[in-house]
Amino acid sequence: MEYVVEMLNIRKEFPGIIANDNISLELKKGEIHALMGENGAGKSTLMSILFGLYQPDNGSIRIKGKEVRISNPNVANDLGIGMVHQHFKLVHNFTITENIILGIEPKKGLTLDLKSAAERIRLLSEQYGLNVDPYEKIENVSVGMQQRVEIIKMLYRNAEVLIFDEPTAVLTPHEILDLMKIMKNLVAEGKSIILITHKLKEIKAVADRCTVIRRGKLVGTVDVAATSEARMAEMMVGRQVSFQVDKSESKPGEIILQVENLSVLNHRKVLGLKGCSLDVRSGEILGIAGVEGNGQTELVEAITGLTRIESGKVLLKEQDITHLLIRERIEAGIAHIPEDRQKRGLVLDYTIEENMVLEVYDRVPFSNKGLLDRDAIRNYTDKIMKNFDVRAGEGAESFARTLSGGNQQKAIVGREVELNPELLIAVQPTRGLDVGSIEYIHKRLVEQRDKGKAVLLVSLELDEILNVSDRIAIVSNGELIGIVNAAETNENEVGLMMAGVRKGESN
Amino acid sequence: MKLQFKKGSAKSAVVAFLAVIFGLLAGALLIAVTGSDPFTGYAYLFKGGLMSTERIGDTLATSTPLILSGLSVAFAFKTGLFNIGASGQMLMGGFCATAVGLTLPLPFIILLPLEILAAIMGGAIWAVVPGFMKARFNVHEVVSTIMMNWISYWIIYYAVPAYFKGQFLETESRAIPDAASMKVNWLTHLFDGSFVNLGLFLAIAAVMIIAFILNRTVMGYELKAVGYNRFAAEYAGINVNRNIVLSMMIAGALAGLGGATMYIGNASNIQIGILPSQGFDGIAVALLGANSPLGSMFAALFFGLLYSGKGFMNAMIQIPPEIADTIIATIIYFAATSVLIERLVNMLRFRKRGQ
Repeated sequence: MEYVVEMLNIRKEFPGIIANDNISLELKKGEIHALMGENGAGKSTLMSILFGLYQPDNGSIRIKGKEVRISNPNVANDLGIGMVHQHFKLVHNFTITENIILGIEPKKGLTLDLKSAAERIRLLSEQYGLNVDPYEKIENVSVGMQQRVEIIKMLYRNAEVLIFDEPTAVLTPHEILDLMKIMKNLVAEGKSIILITHKLKEIKAVADRCTVIRRGKLVGTVDVAATSEARMAEMMVGRQVSFQVDKSESKPGEIILQVENLSVLNHRKVLGLKGCSLDVRSGEILGIAGVEGNGQTELVEAITGLTRIESGKVLLKEQDITHLLIRERIEAGIAHIPEDRQKRGLVLDYTIEENMVLEVYDRVPFSNKGLLDRDAIRNYTDKIMKNFDVRAGEGAESFARTLSGGNQQKAIVGREVELNPELLIAVQPTRGLDVGSIEYIHKRLVEQRDKGKAVLLVSLELDEILNVSDRIAIVSNGELIGIVNAAETNENEVGLMMAGVRKGESN
Repeated sequence: MKLQFKKGSAKSAVVAFLAVIFGLLAGALLIAVTGSDPFTGYAYLFKGGLMSTERIGDTLATSTPLILSGLSVAFAFKTGLFNIGASGQMLMGGFCATAVGLTLPLPFIILLPLEILAAIMGGAIWAVVPGFMKARFNVHEVVSTIMMNWISYWIIYYAVPAYFKGQFLETESRAIPDAASMKVNWLTHLFDGSFVNLGLFLAIAAVMIIAFILNRTVMGYELKAVGYNRFAAEYAGINVNRNIVLSMMIAGALAGLGGATMYIGNASNIQIGILPSQGFDGIAVALLGANSPLGSMFAALFFGLLYSGKGFMNAMIQIPPEIADTIIATIIYFAATSVLIERLVNMLRFRKRGQ
């Protein structure tokens, strides 16, 4: 069998850790090869080596059977290797064509030959079913479209091997389906794909083979069709993982959070949430299901105080908190695991210990008379890190920036749970995390529920909503479509309601 | 967090040190081009700043306003603000102090604290305005602090001749009485007649206090959180706008105090038509000092040494004093590109490991 890429016995060491320990990966022509591993397992390092960003300490790379040395990304490009990064590298006020030709601008005399470039992009777009308009500006297109622009960028440079780095992390469910179709088209046309991911469902759906690495070591390469999801998860995490969230019947108590007829303006100054009323009781998890941007953010920000309310009321344990300050709401018993952990959840240039007291630094024992108590902060942090399995190179003194995504998230979850809140709001608490961490965080949410707390879970992952919630509220276009019991519903019903179809309206 | 301080500052110190070395090397090249011997040139430069007790005192006095303006800029930087208006704040602070010194016939022991208070308030008010405009209307502080520079420039241009006209010159104020000056006999004697004064101690005290505020207090924690990530600060319920105003106020107070050390310390009157260049040098000081209070102090002392030695160098051999300014500029350049130096350090360290 002919291999387009062979990475043999690759070893890469960084100060303190062995990121890749004797890892081999072989990519057949025309296959989709998944590279799977937990956060921090060494996937990105391995691919950075293939893309020329790092040099391996040991091992060799062969492209089409010929041994090569990839000293920088330009060499990788010349060898036909292209990477679709997780965070797109696009100029927003440029057109799609201008972005694609950036760096290899075709010239006609002294002027840019945009026309022929656009024509070629149109042809590529047709050939691979990408549906890209060459003259549209990046700032006007969706995230899914931006990703396709990145793909065409690679195709335009004649890439034979495409590396996708966690491509679905930023996409909506619908866009994910489109992307899968595109990937199938690409391999049908003779391209080869390496798909970096930790989402088993996607691997099952598109990949031919799957290489699993764990903590820098190769676990094995398996045939996807012949391997069960559970088996792959086990290979990745190193133990058996349960996909079903283990939980007992909920025992709802008194009403903790009550939202009455709430309307909120979104950042475009139109109503993002229209007259929403719902309540969350102690001892239950209320899930909010909906496609991204249908009022979830507005709802959460209104409850936490991050945005102003247009009309309506928010009550916490019968106390009106509609006009309280953010800090006052936290003190009243609201904890919030924010959607964007790097933007809102953490101060990346602060250490973990400084981050762990982000809401409580001004309370005794963490400070007294305006002076911080380092020892108290350290003890508190050590406790959270131990209880929530937060791993960091230099313990409590590590900068938040240096932690892997999963550990950053666990730290935030730990911090919020440790506030011992009446109401825990978790927004996308497992976004971009591996199955091991997801399982862990779900357990913690259920644990809060069982302690008699109220949990409000917002997630774009329907599976997560269905698995974890006791009741599900569905929002669409800023309106509450309905509330259903998780035990009595299914993916179809919730999916329909997410599309704005009210219960009983269909059929 | 004690460790963080060590870890971060060791690296910054290396980078600053290299920036200084590169700056001096570039300066050596310039001296050589003008036809002099770089070694003799530098020998005279450092001699000029250090060769006698008096000159050491002068160097310290020259550094004093730089310490405070550097501290002002560094403090604002730490909280995510670019205070480019230290000049105007110094001028305003210095003017307020001078005005108090010339108006109130009080004994030294009461007058000096009042002058200092006036300087701090003058500088603080001058910075609160941009702080407020940033917090309330999102006006960028670079624009508004520069604007405030010119407002203070023209206020002093008008007010000094109108109310505090000098005996001989229209362009400067009367000299302040001895009781209003930061110069004290014992210090002047200690340094053999140098113009070093109590301002130095105020500057050192300010460095200590600011370092303490930033590293140990709830206030410093909030200010830095807002500076590093205002979205996370907002999420945690920290009042972002209040902290922006507070940060500018403290930065302005520091610059105002720096102005006092200039106009009622090093000098004894205030001139019109000059925005003190020390305010802008504060940006370079903060940069070289990696925005840390202690780092800024050392950077200011070094700049002070260059400034006070350049005259001597010029007098002894034919090197124009502009060369010293060029060296300073080169060092600033290297400090500003500290990312490159950091990368160089990493590369060297990496090579050593690999082989």
